[in-house]
Amino acid sequence: MKPTHRFLLPIFVPVFLSWMASSAGAQAPSTVEQFTLSNGLTVIVKPDRRAPTAAHMLWVRVGSMDEVDGTTGVAHVLEHMLFKGTATIQPGEFSRRVAALGGRDNAFTSRDATGYHQQIPSGKLEDVMRLEADRFANNQWPDDEFKREIEVVKEERRSRTEESPRALMYEAANAMTFTASPYRRPVVGWMSDLDAMTPQDARDFYRRWYVPGNAAVVVAGDVDVAEVKRLAEKYYGPMAARPVPTRKPRDEPEQTGARRLDFKGVASQAYTSMAFKVPKLLPSDFTDDKADNKAGRDPLALTVLAAVLDGYSGARLNRALEQGDNRVADSAGAYNGLTGRGPQLFILDGVPAAGKTAAQVAAALREQVARVAQNGVSEAELNRVKTQWIASETYKLDSVFNQARELGSNWINGMPLDFDKRLIARLRSVTSAEVQAVAAKYFGDDQMNQATLLPQAMDPNRKPRTAATPTTPPSRH
Amino acid sequence: MTVTIQFIAARARIHWPQAVFGTFFCAFFSAGALAALPIQKFQLANGAVVHLVESPAIAMLDVQIDFDGGSRRDPPSQVGLANMTAELLEKGVMARSGLPALDENALGEAWADLGAQFDAGAGSDRFSFTLRSLTEPDLLAKAVALAARQIAEPAFPDDVWQRDKQKMIAGIKESDTRPATLARRAYSQAVYGGHPYGHEFTEAGVAAIRTADMRAFYQATVVACRARISLVGAVNRAQAEQVATAMLARLPQTPCANLPALSPVADVMPLAQAVQRTIAFDAAQAQVLMGQPGYKRSDPAFFPLLVGNYILGGGGFVSRLMTEVREKRGLTYGVSSNFSPGMHAGAFTVSLQTRPDQAQQALDVVRQVVKDFVATGPLDAEVKAAKDNLTGGFALLIDSNRKLLGNISNIAWYGLPTTYLDTWTAQIDKVTAQDVKAAMAAKLQPEKMVTIILGAKP
Repeated sequence: MKPTHRFLLPIFVPVFLSWMASSAGAQAPSTVEQFTLSNGLTVIVKPDRRAPTAAHMLWVRVGSMDEVDGTTGVAHVLEHMLFKGTATIQPGEFSRRVAALGGRDNAFTSRDATGYHQQIPSGKLEDVMRLEADRFANNQWPDDEFKREIEVVKEERRSRTEESPRALMYEAANAMTFTASPYRRPVVGWMSDLDAMTPQDARDFYRRWYVPGNAAVVVAGDVDVAEVKRLAEKYYGPMAARPVPTRKPRDEPEQTGARRLDFKGVASQAYTSMAFKVPKLLPSDFTDDKADNKAGRDPLALTVLAAVLDGYSGARLNRALEQGDNRVADSAGAYNGLTGRGPQLFILDGVPAAGKTAAQVAAALREQVARVAQNGVSEAELNRVKTQWIASETYKLDSVFNQARELGSNWINGMPLDFDKRLIARLRSVTSAEVQAVAAKYFGDDQMNQATLLPQAMDPNRKPRTAATPTTPPSRH
Repeated sequence: MTVTIQFIAARARIHWPQAVFGTFFCAFFSAGALAALPIQKFQLANGAVVHLVESPAIAMLDVQIDFDGGSRRDPPSQVGLANMTAELLEKGVMARSGLPALDENALGEAWADLGAQFDAGAGSDRFSFTLRSLTEPDLLAKAVALAARQIAEPAFPDDVWQRDKQKMIAGIKESDTRPATLARRAYSQAVYGGHPYGHEFTEAGVAAIRTADMRAFYQATVVACRARISLVGAVNRAQAEQVATAMLARLPQTPCANLPALSPVADVMPLAQAVQRTIAFDAAQAQVLMGQPGYKRSDPAFFPLLVGNYILGGGGFVSRLMTEVREKRGLTYGVSSNFSPGMHAGAFTVSLQTRPDQAQQALDVVRQVVKDFVATGPLDAEVKAAKDNLTGGFALLIDSNRKLLGNISNIAWYGLPTTYLDTWTAQIDKVTAQDVKAAMAAKLQPEKMVTIILGAKP
């Protein structure tokens, strides 16, 4: 082994002692700084000195919603290909180098964003910034690497989607719910698009979207702001500025009637989901913080509604649907999409109890919303969900990585740096009357998209598929 | 439960963190002179052992209390007893000492009103409680008092159990439609034989559990003098002692010396011969599982095995299995190997999913990689890379209160020295390629492993 490792422990010790002992009971001040390099790249830094580690993330404001039909899944495929090298880094070497630094790395793709991240001992920050900046600017790989990786991505699609009846149902439900919005397509892409994807598709997407003005570097942990700034300028600064492509709005037209979907899959339990189109919080809602700012009140009230329905054990849905001798559901839930680049949904869902139907569950879920629309919610319920949010603001400080993730996500949505604090402050101001009003406003039939999984029995005598062709998604029965 | 926003990662969730944490449980004494991580250890008057790390930066406290009552102690005819007992523990407390009974809803509201989280759960070895609370004095006192009631006076309401039992059985039936469940069950049965580590919930087993069984199990398990209590957060030693004492205060304080000893649980038997099962199933992917009983966490070769498995299939993207099966051949999204040491020899398992017509090819590659690794051991460069990652990344294993709690509760559970974390990197540094080769060869017999292939093209 390398002799330097002998030094690791002694070097590490003093740092650690100071972490554990010196903070003296004070809440760590959570200042966040943001600046922009001359090429347009955003840098966000949040020092947190509790432990000698750091999280480094590169966020690119491009996800599956920026794809076009025929090459769905390319944002995610490209994310895989970013691990396949640069002019100076061999395929797979990126992760080997991060591992050698004692780090962990991975990446993710969503509808709104693509993110690359490393967790490292804080002394290795410069190394990962150098590596990440290099692949952001200079990603390149031979076609042969693509040919194998696209097969890996297809296996990923099989694992995540095709092996799960509910995931397949969500995929079909999204395609029904959205007409013009690119949210109608799956992040991983349709199988036939993956089959048809070419190396050039990925390269074109990279060339088009991976420009400094479309990206943010987020660093959190045991770091110094001035030092991060110096490193960002050194490694990310030399990239030439390029224009961020114009985005077409692709606004979702108003829905004017209920949509319903039945989906058959091998399962023993039915499942139903109702998605209602709702407004979301916008960056412009945060241009002022005056008490009488009425912007964005409905999305906030919808989030409170979801919490009152399903925010804690014993909340309304749990109590009304999952308990008692004649309970209708084995599980029931509510979720509000508060922020995002695309159109958002409020979702009610549930699994029918034995002997009950998906229709009964759907009716019971809507009945609970109707009760709020009729009578509002109690002060005790309001205070309860607000207390939980306030406590969670403290708990989330425990994870540096989650803090970095939240900052990046807020940047993707165009929200201000202190979005979370301001969000909690505003949620605290939501009244019962506001919750009552949104419950009455957004849950009509015309905006509803209901998908139901119809369970199909497994055939005990069936034989394995005889031909598993890579070019045709398997049919399900 | 709804997931509408898809996040998909470049890599399958790898077993790396678990694997490394796994080692934490097992590893070993070396008297470190420097207390890098000040773990305080003390005993309560009732005999319970407390481990504490003061972490004052955030005004919050995490507590875990462990008892020897994991699923390994489930009766064979009532598999799931420990888990179901933990589930039902959150469904109500009895009236006592002038305090009124609380039903499941009153409890849920009470915890939400405190902004605190309290859970009971059962693993293979441990029956555990966890509490997370703000340390604002009034809130913390109330949270501790409520936890103490739940620990000492659970109601185990029969009507709720009749309902939850139905839900549980419906969930088991649903799960039985999934190929991964079926493959895992066949694998567990073959690797563990009748050992409780291989037990899986069944409809009949869950149906056979009565609340009277839960009460008897709970009374025998949750005994104050046997508690291992771990705390991480913004409390000092005196406050920690107060919290720990209060959480157990409503339990009988009988000294352990006056209690019958817990009965021993038999060990996992080694496999006598290879087992291969091919199960027909119609699915988008075949499930491939291969492995055998591994080792106990008290095994002296723990560190060489940790380093060895990192190289073989624990180290995420850079492991031999990932390189051969995914990177070079594109056969799968994720392939990993892991050991799962505990009080008994948890399994060594390699698992992957792949298109049905590729299953045999993927299995052949896995077999060759494992066989070669056991026969010839790692290259020096691989050992160096593993050690660079493990020792270099040590700080990442303890950089939050949550992670620290996991570590010190393992130290508490396995009776490891309070200097265990301080000497961890030195233990890794000592490992040689020869140590790895010898340890892997002693633990793994590639010619005697279990192989399950479900849903492959014939």
